[in-house]
Amino acid sequence: MIKVFERPKSLTDKPFHYCPGCTHGIVHRLVAEVMDELNIRERTVGVAPVGCAVFAYEYFNCDMQEAAHGRAPAVATGIKRVLPDCVVFTYQGDGDLAAIGTAEIVHAATRGENITTVFINNAIYGMTGGQMAPTTLIGQVTATTPYGRDKDRAGYPVRMSEMLATLEGSAYIERVSVHDIKHITQAKKAVKKAFETQLAGKGFSMVEVLSTCPTNWGMTPAEALKWLETNMIPYYPLGVKKEVE
Amino acid sequence: MSKVLMKGNEAIAEAAIRAGCRYFFGYPITPQNEIPAYMAKRMPETGGCFIQAESEVSAINMVYGAAGAGARVMTSSSSPGISLKQEGISYMAAAELPCVIVNMVRGGPGLGGIQPAQSDYFQATKGGGHGDYHLVVLAPSTIQEAADLVIEGFDIADQYRNPVMILGDGILGQMMEPVEFRFSNRRELPPKTWATTGHTGERPRNIINSLIIDPQALEDHVNRIYQKYGHIMKNEVKVECCNCDNADIIVAAYGTTSRIVKSVIYLARQEGIDVGLIRPITLWPFPANEFSRWADRQHVKAFLTVEMSTGQMVEDVRLGVNGKKPVFFYGRTGGMVPEPSAILEEIKKVMRSVMK
Repeated sequence: MIKVFERPKSLTDKPFHYCPGCTHGIVHRLVAEVMDELNIRERTVGVAPVGCAVFAYEYFNCDMQEAAHGRAPAVATGIKRVLPDCVVFTYQGDGDLAAIGTAEIVHAATRGENITTVFINNAIYGMTGGQMAPTTLIGQVTATTPYGRDKDRAGYPVRMSEMLATLEGSAYIERVSVHDIKHITQAKKAVKKAFETQLAGKGFSMVEVLSTCPTNWGMTPAEALKWLETNMIPYYPLGVKKEVE
Repeated sequence: MSKVLMKGNEAIAEAAIRAGCRYFFGYPITPQNEIPAYMAKRMPETGGCFIQAESEVSAINMVYGAAGAGARVMTSSSSPGISLKQEGISYMAAAELPCVIVNMVRGGPGLGGIQPAQSDYFQATKGGGHGDYHLVVLAPSTIQEAADLVIEGFDIADQYRNPVMILGDGILGQMMEPVEFRFSNRRELPPKTWATTGHTGERPRNIINSLIIDPQALEDHVNRIYQKYGHIMKNEVKVECCNCDNADIIVAAYGTTSRIVKSVIYLARQEGIDVGLIRPITLWPFPANEFSRWADRQHVKAFLTVEMSTGQMVEDVRLGVNGKKPVFFYGRTGGMVPEPSAILEEIKKVMRSVMK
């Protein structure tokens, strides 16, 4: 019998704890497939965040460090400076990267730190029960914006990819989505490009992945995918924001 | 090796390099700025790496990453900056990551001042960050001792897989003394088989982590760390006793303050008072037994703790003395340094009080 589908070697056999319909599992798999294809698993050190992906160290089948909330880019910096021949990546959500960890991601990028960041933007804090994230859309209802996010009270959603693309040290920044097959395929290409950027020693690379949180958005998985496409993509346009040749 | 005249901060930095530290992550703050500046200059010469981080928070997390990757790594700061590092320090203690952290203490609380103080004793010895943990806290009183303790501190950190803090102050950092970089008491250290260096299949996958969601597992983890602390308390206590054999009064002081007390011993003798000094060199583990032992002696009538704070170490001195003799306190704070004449006056007051 020909095996046509299997788990990437870069994933452990631990079942994901993610909610039904959550797109973290898809993105984990994409990262793992890329690690397999580039044959870098044995020299990769990953850094897990605080948030829904806090247990990422149980899923990626490589050496891992678990960072404090928002500090993954600083931890990754320490690792990469000690082990320049290793591939170092962070996997962070929007609260981790765009709120509490803003300074760390900005300065890792501006130093041109030769690491790769996978940034999950699902416009909400998942693990803590659906509070407003920096990326929550105007009008979006969350536990801490029960009347919808009001720009006068809570400000505007932040576009991290565009912001980091302005920094000289960033080498490759792309925003992708995983709401359908076509976009998942494109997302994988972006993740691969990001790791290749690091392997080429070009500097900081990041892929922002628009993702869903059916549980905290109060939707079915299918509705959530549609909501992402209809509401998030217009505010967070997809595409390459920065690419250094 | 011959002695060289060096500033305290620079001697600490050089000692770290001699001890094999090749990674330094820091952030500017007075009065420790000579440490990062020295590291910025020396690290490239040694093939090491210096980064001026965007904050103390980032610096300590770079230390976390580098320590987790198996490197000898150091950071330094002063009081307000050390407060910012507490999150990372707690995580490192929990994840059992070795490193050396230098605190050149300045007056607090808040932004405080930039003059020397010892008001971070509680923060250094009682946790500082959240959760059940301890740092090994080393308090040098000379630049030579600072260099020696930095070198030994890296070994202690690696032996026990725990962060070590060098607790100095603005005076120790800024003054110059002759120093020799020497390697006495080198230890047999375990290999860092736990470091995340890439998983090739020759060992199990390594995970550096402090998240233990199951309460029983977390309790087991903390208890195991506390067993380790038990070994540290048994094996690593360092203390200097001066002139205690016939002392009427024993003064307890550490670091810079202990140097002043040493000069007071001679002043007191001229007044007919025999004064001894117990100088804790490890603030954690604290030499409580030393205080207990001297408190049992008939000739010792009282203890006087002198600190550049409103009274922090005095609590540990009281625990050590355990009610056997009265314990008095004298301190200056906010960057003020106690003068020998003022300490002598306190000693006389204590004598009058216990002779009543």
